Amino acid sequence: MSGNDFFALTPLLLLAGSSVLIMLLIAINSSHRVIQLSSLLLFIVAFASLFYIQKLLPYNIEPLLIVDGFSVFIMGLIIFSSLVVNILSYIYFEEKEESPKEYYVLLFLCTLGACVLAVSKHFISLFLGLEILTVGLYALIAYLRVRHHNVEAGIKYLVLAAFSSAFLLFGMALIYLQTGSMEFSMIARSLTSLQSLPPLFLTGLGMVLVGVGFKLAVVPFHMWTADVYQGAPAPVTAFIATASKGGVFAVLFRFFIMIDGFRFKVVILILICIAIASMLIGNLLAVQQKNVKRILAYSSIAHLGYLLVAFIPGSMMSIKAVSFYLMAYFITTLTAFGIVTILSNKEKDAEEIESYKALFWQHPVLACVFSTALLSLAGIPLTVGFVGKFYILAAGLQAGFWITALILVFSSVIGLYYYLRIITMMFAGQKSILSEGKKANPIFYMISVIALSVLTLLIIWFGVYPSTVMSFIEYFRLK
Amino acid sequence: MILIYTIVILMGGGLLAFLLGQWNKSLPRWIALCTVSVGFVVLVSFWIERYRAVNIHLSNTWMIDYRHDWIPSFGISFHLAIDGLSLLLLVLTFFLGILAVLCSWNEVKERAGFYHFNLLWILAGISGVFMAMDLFLFYFFWEIMLIPMYFLIGIWGSENRVYAACKFFIFTQASGLLMLLAIIGLYFIHGRNTGIYTFNYFELLGTAISPNVAFWLMMGFMIAFVVKLPIVPFHTWLPDAHSEAPTAGSLILAGLLLKTGAYGILRFVLPLFPEASRVFAPWAMLFGVIGIIYGAILAYSQTDLKRLVAYTSVSHMGFVILGIFAFNELALQGVVMQLVTHAISTGALFIMAGMLKERLHTRDINQMGGLWAQMPQMGAIAMLLAMASLGLPGLGNFIAEFLILLGTFKANVLLTVIAAIGLVFSAIYSLRIVQKVFLGPSERSYQVRDFSFREIVIMAALTLSIVWLGLYPQPVINTAKPMIMKLEHIFSAENKNMEKENPSVTPLNMHKYLVNNKE
Repeated sequence: MSGNDFFALTPLLLLAGSSVLIMLLIAINSSHRVIQLSSLLLFIVAFASLFYIQKLLPYNIEPLLIVDGFSVFIMGLIIFSSLVVNILSYIYFEEKEESPKEYYVLLFLCTLGACVLAVSKHFISLFLGLEILTVGLYALIAYLRVRHHNVEAGIKYLVLAAFSSAFLLFGMALIYLQTGSMEFSMIARSLTSLQSLPPLFLTGLGMVLVGVGFKLAVVPFHMWTADVYQGAPAPVTAFIATASKGGVFAVLFRFFIMIDGFRFKVVILILICIAIASMLIGNLLAVQQKNVKRILAYSSIAHLGYLLVAFIPGSMMSIKAVSFYLMAYFITTLTAFGIVTILSNKEKDAEEIESYKALFWQHPVLACVFSTALLSLAGIPLTVGFVGKFYILAAGLQAGFWITALILVFSSVIGLYYYLRIITMMFAGQKSILSEGKKANPIFYMISVIALSVLTLLIIWFGVYPSTVMSFIEYFRLK
Repeated sequence: MILIYTIVILMGGGLLAFLLGQWNKSLPRWIALCTVSVGFVVLVSFWIERYRAVNIHLSNTWMIDYRHDWIPSFGISFHLAIDGLSLLLLVLTFFLGILAVLCSWNEVKERAGFYHFNLLWILAGISGVFMAMDLFLFYFFWEIMLIPMYFLIGIWGSENRVYAACKFFIFTQASGLLMLLAIIGLYFIHGRNTGIYTFNYFELLGTAISPNVAFWLMMGFMIAFVVKLPIVPFHTWLPDAHSEAPTAGSLILAGLLLKTGAYGILRFVLPLFPEASRVFAPWAMLFGVIGIIYGAILAYSQTDLKRLVAYTSVSHMGFVILGIFAFNELALQGVVMQLVTHAISTGALFIMAGMLKERLHTRDINQMGGLWAQMPQMGAIAMLLAMASLGLPGLGNFIAEFLILLGTFKANVLLTVIAAIGLVFSAIYSLRIVQKVFLGPSERSYQVRDFSFREIVIMAALTLSIVWLGLYPQPVINTAKPMIMKLEHIFSAENKNMEKENPSVTPLNMHKYLVNNKE
């Protein structure tokens, strides 16, 4: 490896180094506060380093990794969401009985895994990234180990993730058998002359899709989502919903674009089925729920379906639409889970929809933030979610995929119903049942609220004036 | 710049009211009143200033045009422009805005800041809808007005408010999203034809679209507008939303929100898809007539005063759709008049229903009766408004409905005759209001006061304008004229083309021949 290689990988190296550094800090018995602040600092440094490597792009590190505009953008989103999760974690874990310090080490490792996914262009690096991410998540999900739900969620995730990894590996092996390579561009080369996919390759691709589908929680691989979302600590849920899914989606997207999988009818057909099922079932199941975390879980299934609508055409517009929507989804989801985190108390998370009753009259700022996030998830104008949805519809309709666009519209109307239900709950009644005040750490509480307010401003700013981001993602190329 | 200011002062005033409402309860309503009044004065003076010019240059329909790039990569610009129709509706918006603030002066005691924030933002969204000349921007404003309306109904409404608010929101949002699909579809078709990807209304006019696609795109637009208007199978949100909303909410819903649907058809559906709308016209007119009769019959059978007035809206909006799809100047002028007069007369009836509810704490007309004795002023005004609603000559609604029927008679005799029967029904339900509420035996002995000074001001403004429109409607007609001439021009040119080409019969235009044969 040359010096430039190291330079291009600065963000990844920083993340890896940070986890070691935090471990050393724990060894010398630093307090929770010191560890939280130093990891915040390290996240900021890692995030800043992304700007530092800008001028090098695009940069290949054969045969495993590629650092280009798209991957830097995705890494930026992942590190940013980890940063926000990190800020929110302090007040959440400080009042719990477990020692929260190792949590930050795991957070760094998971972020590293997700970032590796974003830069990989080879099955080996894909698998490495995925395992770093998932193994970290096993521990993070079950972190509050005395709680019944947490352990259940952890076990569930462990079993299913291991299972899906096996599928993924077998699929990769079959593709390797057919094409003789594990690098995306080499696989693409061996496919160029083919008009239809060979059966062996198709089986392999199907297996890969099963594996990846589990991580993305698209229908029909979505069974674990609601339980894990509900069981995991709220900040970890935020991380699963954003960073983990974003990284996996990015690598899947890169894989399909590079092998030009959109040429093949059968692949498109499978993807359309998955997209439609995810949008409809995700939204329909959410309607029934009374638990905010579960509602957000099902809504995230639907949102992955929306993303697939933009993904399916595989055009230039798709890249932009996917990038933009991922950003919109990240910011919005972080905000929504941020509110859940802030309102949670020592005993339990603020997950019952009833506990949001009359929130607006008690905590107007938090209620406004949460309403904005929910409206953005529903795709109402003035929020970034609307522009994202517009982008997706544009990408779908440009290539003439009217069916998926219509289903998107139809299912987002269903979605509107349950988002409105939460919002209505916040404005209903007079007296909030959430306990007032008595925050153990007023300073960190304030910092969290400020962070969420900034995210809300971003939601509105990008919703009203999206040109800045659009001009940034205009020139992403994946081939 | 005046166009931007109107939106900016509404939004700014709303934010100010929200912020100051935290520590003073009466400040928000004063802020709201000032903001809306300033906007009203500015617009009226602009109207007077331009009124002369309108009549001289009939060909120049656009009064002001403001354009600024917004999202250049999609060809989206912040493009506002107004012609006579927009100006009329804008003036109406601010006029009703003032009354909306006034009529909830004492009604809203809690969370006044947030209430007025919502009120002003609805008005801002509606003003934006009437001005936007970029389809993306239009959709943007179209949706913006929904959220504050949702809050207005959902927080300050009566018992069943949450259900009504959700129903309203979901109906309008679903239809709006279909319109968004149609807008994007139109964008790409135009882009592929010309290589220019833009949402600019003026450039999208005259896009060449194959008839089949044009029909579906038009349906995308139509569905959004007819749900808002509403036309009969899509009207079910309206009685719920109207009856549960607070008085100001009902006023804005009936007076302005419904008008955005009619405005959308006039501004977008007809000019963008002239051929497709011609194909669709017989059906639209049929649904309009069904709406007139159905709305009138249902209005007669209501016992809830607000629901009753809500169904009369359904009936009156049937006239609007009937007139629009007659495609001639008389009918279109009638439509514009109907938009203005219906807003005023129905708005006044809703305000009156609100006042009655404030006094009697019920909306059930079976529990009212004999109120004239105690409230002669209100009774007299109610009589006048009922007369306006049934279309008595001398009041604005008469002019509107008469012009519409005159125009549609040229287009379709049978439907016009049925629609005219609707006027008879309207006499029945209007008189029933007066009979049940103000005349007849007194159900309970109420001790109610008549109008206060504030209420007299509100009602005087409304009744004076309805009488003015009935006696001298020329300013409205003249202001809207250039825009309507242009519309009529599109369709008369279209007529000649159709005759020349003599196109083949397809499933899509088959019924046109059937209708022609009937005549």
